Amino acid sequence: MKKLESNLPNMVMVLTAITLIASFLLASVYGVTKAPIELAKEKKKEVAIKNVLPPFNRIENDTIEGIVVYKGYKDANWVGTAVESVSKNGFGGEIKIIVGFDAKGCIFNYTVLEQKETPGLGTKMIDWFKTSKNKQSILGKNIAQEELKVSKDGGNIDAMTASTISSRAFLEAVNNAYSTISHYDTHTSATQVSDAATAATPWVENK
Amino acid sequence: MNAIKIVLNGILKENPVFVLLLGMCPTLGTTSSAINGLGMGIATMFVLIGSNTVISLIKNVIPDKIRIPAFVVVIAAFVSIIQMLMEAYLPELYASLGLFIPLIVVNCIVLGRAEAFAAKNGVFHSALDGLGMGLGFSLALTLLGSTRELLGTGKIFNMFIYPEHYGMLIFVLAPGAFIVLGFLIVFVTKLQTSK
Repeated sequence: MKKLESNLPNMVMVLTAITLIASFLLASVYGVTKAPIELAKEKKKEVAIKNVLPPFNRIENDTIEGIVVYKGYKDANWVGTAVESVSKNGFGGEIKIIVGFDAKGCIFNYTVLEQKETPGLGTKMIDWFKTSKNKQSILGKNIAQEELKVSKDGGNIDAMTASTISSRAFLEAVNNAYSTISHYDTHTSATQVSDAATAATPWVENK
Repeated sequence: MNAIKIVLNGILKENPVFVLLLGMCPTLGTTSSAINGLGMGIATMFVLIGSNTVISLIKNVIPDKIRIPAFVVVIAAFVSIIQMLMEAYLPELYASLGLFIPLIVVNCIVLGRAEAFAAKNGVFHSALDGLGMGLGFSLALTLLGSTRELLGTGKIFNMFIYPEHYGMLIFVLAPGAFIVLGFLIVFVTKLQTSK
């Protein structure tokens, strides 16, 4: 077959045809993968919530100032709250984490959802702040008593080796998570009352 | 040209990274660990095979003057499809490579092979060229990633080799990528010329 000549009608026709076919293919793949992508995201979040809260068998979603919080219940008892939090001050952009607080307001656990820190340095945040070595760990800390800060800034948490900026951003996100939750009571008192059957202990009393 | 020769050509004689020096941006950017390098290499390989095959199929209906935009549309479509499939079915790999996948569109190795090989050869040979080039690219990226991970953190594919605090941090960072790549090119060139 001879090559098509490069005249205007030919060029317009061919390029239009190619783009049409390409968009049709993209649309169909999008349709096929949409559900699995949603599912994968949902599942990731589910696993994250399970990891950061004490054992629970029921979860309740709530929204505070546009931020979704997940309250975990074991039977009728409220065991803790998980909240997503973002810091924009990471070394490579946004850091998105989910932090779980137990019923006493102490940090139970955390999971990093998204981060673009330097591989091998800032990416260590995934388990650095859970490791009980020197003053690395933030687990069990109560932010109501002391805001989290890296030791370089006069705080009591060891920053990751060679990644002070990432560490600061991470701790900022954790502090934000706590401040979201500590306002919880004032914003949802109305629903709390009507929700009395669940007997969730109001946050403030635990401070 | 026989089939095996075409595949080997991409892996050794015209290795895209060590010999043609094409696609340096993802090469340097993604190879901070062996697994990232391998993932990027395999994703690129799928795009190469797909785009080479399709371009070879439609090369006769594309007028010469618009071949580049036509190739780019085909390649971009393939990349988007792979990105969506990866996000849906391999979310873990997507989490670490997601940022780099769109970069495959502008990876000159893909357009380079479309222009230099697929636009002149049959469908079967073009697919094989894509496979060979893809394997060569994956191999190079994995090698680069392993070396950087080993020197920087004392691990390969996350397997412990020596304690991390003896590692040289610079190899995980961007300058390390250039240094390791330079030395690997020297080794590969030496090996090939001594044959």
